Amino acid sequence: MSDPLLQRGEEIELGFGPRHPAIRGVLRLSLRVDGDRIVDCCPVIGHVHRGVEKLFELQPHADNLAHTDRLDFGAAAAVNLAYAGAVEKLLGIVVPARARYLRTILAELQRIASHLLWLGTHAADLGAMPPFFAALGERDGVLELCERYLEDYFESDVESEAGQDAGERLRLEGIRLGGLSHDPPAGWVERCREFVESFPAKLDGCAGPLTENRLWKKRTVGLGVLSPEAAVDLGVTGPALRASGVAWDLRKALPYEAYGEVDFDVPVGRNGDTYDRYLVRVEEMRQANRIVAQCLDRLPDGPVLAEPSAFEAKVEDETYHGIEGPRGEIGFYLVGDGTANPYRCHLRAPSFAHLQALPELCRGELVGDLVALIGTLDVALEEADR
Amino acid sequence: MEGAAEDPLAVALREELGEAIESARTLGGDLTLQVRREAIAEVCAALKEKHGFTYLVDLCGVDFPGREPRFEVVYHVCSPAANRRVRLKVAAGEGEAAAVPSVAGVWRAANWTEREVWDLYGVRFDGHPDLTRILLWEGFDGHPLRKDFPVEGIDTGAAAATAKAGGSGGGEA
Repeated sequence: MSDPLLQRGEEIELGFGPRHPAIRGVLRLSLRVDGDRIVDCCPVIGHVHRGVEKLFELQPHADNLAHTDRLDFGAAAAVNLAYAGAVEKLLGIVVPARARYLRTILAELQRIASHLLWLGTHAADLGAMPPFFAALGERDGVLELCERYLEDYFESDVESEAGQDAGERLRLEGIRLGGLSHDPPAGWVERCREFVESFPAKLDGCAGPLTENRLWKKRTVGLGVLSPEAAVDLGVTGPALRASGVAWDLRKALPYEAYGEVDFDVPVGRNGDTYDRYLVRVEEMRQANRIVAQCLDRLPDGPVLAEPSAFEAKVEDETYHGIEGPRGEIGFYLVGDGTANPYRCHLRAPSFAHLQALPELCRGELVGDLVALIGTLDVALEEADR
Repeated sequence: MEGAAEDPLAVALREELGEAIESARTLGGDLTLQVRREAIAEVCAALKEKHGFTYLVDLCGVDFPGREPRFEVVYHVCSPAANRRVRLKVAAGEGEAAAVPSVAGVWRAANWTEREVWDLYGVRFDGHPDLTRILLWEGFDGHPLRKDFPVEGIDTGAAAATAKAGGSGGGEA
């Protein structure tokens, strides 16, 4: 084939970013292209590096929870949960059953919110605007539900120390070491149940127009294929790994919170292409909804916060705790030195590994598909750059 | 600790690699192997090829200014088939002479993570395909996650350069 646009026989350098409407964050790609064909791609990251890991070393574990909110704007509660889980493991804090169930509910609601944001923006990147409005509208419903969880608490307790940092749309601030800041307000569980019942139909409204859409399939099927071996080798996790056919999900493999006590399926793709990554994420939202429903049905009574005395422990030990975030494995490696602060705190960010895998997806694809390839990996730059 | 010494994986690795494994303990629920620095790539290759540890979860550095050698490089590796995670550690110093053999040839995921350790701690990796800074820029002076690096930062000259160029973002340098 000798299409002069696709094969010119000479390579040129092409810069992409650092600011581009299709990137939710700041990322520069240094591309080598031959005509419209991408020969190689070199991601340049670090534009929003804030030295978060250094900051973690300066404050006590409990205060550091506020830093974790700022690591992923789309799924702050997931990063909260990973950090809280790591500290609880390090200090030996036992979280009450009711808090474990409520945390699972919040984590799955965040997964739905994060995947809806991804779905809407990914569709918009590819030129499909109606799903953008539908998905972001539904996401708003989820965010409002999360916000309501904290609303009463916030208003009644605004002067207290806890009240000052409670309750925002994107940063939930409800997760504490040893549990949650408070019980959900009256009526919240019913409200959440209403959401759960109506969500499958709403999701059909967002994804229905895409799944069998001829244009959508033409843009995404066979694009950016990631083999299972390459995905594991590059440290790709989450839906992007499962779309390549690897059934690895930390909620099943190493259950934390209440995941060992609920029933859900792990959707797996076959081809590892952009379309399969789309299908896996859509199905994950349905499964997340199932998990929330089961947690609401079985919600135990009791306290939502462990005895405060447990937080005083000062441990000279180290631990790694990883959870299944919406984008992939979010892990914290903590080293304690016997003081109240972490001696070292390292975040294993899924987006960091996904950006490293981006060249693998891009090679041989067209420049016009680049925004689809960035979108399909679902990266958050603030998390990758730290 | 006695349990860790009898761990079948630790026993098998000791048999295969002999002196490469300096000690085996259980820390934070994970088997933790202290590995001789020169042997780390060999140990990692054996873990991947013979024991199914195909997934490098994480790789990072830790600074202990009082120790000699000063740094520690920590590897978290996982075997999805066996559903098991293991932590490896090597002691590392500064400069080329104390460089750690790169494991980027074992797992491609190690490429960027080793660059990060170089960037933030100044630990060199021997045999790395492209050991450049990743979160900071080439020419940055220092390695910020070292315990003796000032928290308030250092003057990189960027603010002064912006002010000189008439930019608005610089403020007082």
